[in-house]
Amino acid sequence: MASTKIHAYYDDDDVLMHAVKEVKAAKHHIEEVYCPFPVHGLDKAMGLAPTRIAITSFLYGCVGLAVAITMMNYIMIQDWPQDIGGKPSFSYLENMPAFVPIMFELTVFFAAHLMVITFYLRSRLWPFKKAENPDVKTTDDQFVMEIEVHDDEKELTDLLLNTGAVELNVIKSSH
Amino acid sequence: MYTISNRLKIASFILMAVGLLGIGWGFVSAPSTVEEAKAMASSHDSGHGDAHQEETTHVIAEERGSYKEVIEPGHGAEHDEHVLHQLQNKPWAALYVAAFFFFMIALGVLAFYAVQRAAQAGWSPLLFRVMEGITAYLVPGGIVVFVILVLSVMHMNHLFVWMDPEVVEHDALIQGKSGYLNGWFFLLRAVIFLGGWILYREYSRKLSIKQDEASDNANFKLNFRISAAFLVFYLISESMMSWDWIMSVDPHWFSTLFGWYIFASMFVSGITVIAMVTIYLKSKGHLEQVNDSHIHDLAKFMFGISIFWTYLWFSQFMLIWYSNIPEEVTYYVTRIADYRLPFFGMVAMNFVFPLLLLMNSDYKRINWFVIMAGIVILAGHYLDIFNAIMPATVGDQWFIGIPEIGAILFFAGLFIFWVFRALGTQPLQPKRNPFIEESKHFHY
Repeated sequence: MASTKIHAYYDDDDVLMHAVKEVKAAKHHIEEVYCPFPVHGLDKAMGLAPTRIAITSFLYGCVGLAVAITMMNYIMIQDWPQDIGGKPSFSYLENMPAFVPIMFELTVFFAAHLMVITFYLRSRLWPFKKAENPDVKTTDDQFVMEIEVHDDEKELTDLLLNTGAVELNVIKSSH
Repeated sequence: MYTISNRLKIASFILMAVGLLGIGWGFVSAPSTVEEAKAMASSHDSGHGDAHQEETTHVIAEERGSYKEVIEPGHGAEHDEHVLHQLQNKPWAALYVAAFFFFMIALGVLAFYAVQRAAQAGWSPLLFRVMEGITAYLVPGGIVVFVILVLSVMHMNHLFVWMDPEVVEHDALIQGKSGYLNGWFFLLRAVIFLGGWILYREYSRKLSIKQDEASDNANFKLNFRISAAFLVFYLISESMMSWDWIMSVDPHWFSTLFGWYIFASMFVSGITVIAMVTIYLKSKGHLEQVNDSHIHDLAKFMFGISIFWTYLWFSQFMLIWYSNIPEEVTYYVTRIADYRLPFFGMVAMNFVFPLLLLMNSDYKRINWFVIMAGIVILAGHYLDIFNAIMPATVGDQWFIGIPEIGAILFFAGLFIFWVFRALGTQPLQPKRNPFIEESKHFHY
């Protein structure tokens, strides 16, 4: 099936936000928006489903906390108990205040690193991956909105030019 | 233009009247003789074992150095006199804790306001009049705290044990600190701190109102500069204030991060009250331009500063617990032995509650949810000040009864009346703040 896409270029994030809202209001489907930097509220304006990364972050944090507790219990209580400052390591609970910094740090460490790795995998980003963005300008100062065309090309291009697009590329491809 | 409603006015007067009765009852029922104190202590402590009481008083006596010589089992009379002093201190301590707590809310808001000014924040100008209204309480609240401090220096009460010349005479440690801890210098510092805070508040408020009618941004720029300068003064004076007004009730004990710790408490209480007053005014149809994103940002601060408070609370505790130096660790021994419930209850209210209630992004936008979390946070930080003052002043004779609740009600009434009256004197929305458009369109 042959499909036609329009790439609309914008040079300002506020203009882009308004454009996204107008295009959505005109009932066109926005495939993707490529940005040089994150634009606040763009996901909501585009109508993307809310992210679930916060849930994974919470779960990773719990894993980190569990790892810290198990690790400190093995190292400090079971394997090599010491008497530090008159506080012999007989029980985890009684020495717990000394382990809180480690529990905290590992919770943060696991939550942060695993969340970033999850984000990369979910976004299909890995080393040596070929870039997906249509134009190197989107890594510099331009935003590109990608819209699918269903035999209403004229109307859509007019709409996009009205929203302040600085450049339009119509891409016809056959799969 | 907002005007304080009659219902709110009447409610605040009722709070003040009921509170005054409670405070008065506290003073009237304080024992004046050792026999009365003994009777009160035994009826109050019916649940405790005698041995337990003997032991904990011993700890307190040690903490205060030679305020009392070490209590030997036979020295019942000295112990009874000690209980008398604690019970006589109780209504004063109740008054002081509540007075300081409500004053600290206004001071925390002042710091938050100065940060917004100095950072030239774009999201918050819509809330400036709310913050200015709350900081209006600095004047009456500061005067009340100052009067209590003057009365302490005049030996009307024994909140500050280092003010008692008999105690200092037998105490080498306090003698060594007497260059700093003496009545006149203490009051002079209080005057400088209060004077500086109130001066900045009044001047910044004046510039803020002048900016509404101005034709350029000169007032705004000047306000930015004095706010940045004020923050330097504030951080130094607030830290010293916390040593003077709170830490010095335990004159042998010291902690280097105490200023930060009290700062975190007043900052989170202040931000919580900004959120609560804003939500109240919105519910009455004012502040139409304030949207859920503003509330969301305030709730993020409530969440973040609650965790910051816990971080400092724990940092202070862990170092002292680990090093286990006798003169330091008595501070926590007293609190864990005699104040177990308020001491750990405060951690639950100030850390676990906000952590669980405000973690979810969506909950921070639900106004009644923020109010509920705010009430728990405020109660928790009242307990924080309670735990800081009470162990050194009333020892194990503490109780949250009529004098304590009366003092809270009285200052809550005064606070509500003064703040909402001040909110009614100017339009709630600044007109010509250069960032007002950004604030109106603030969107998370």
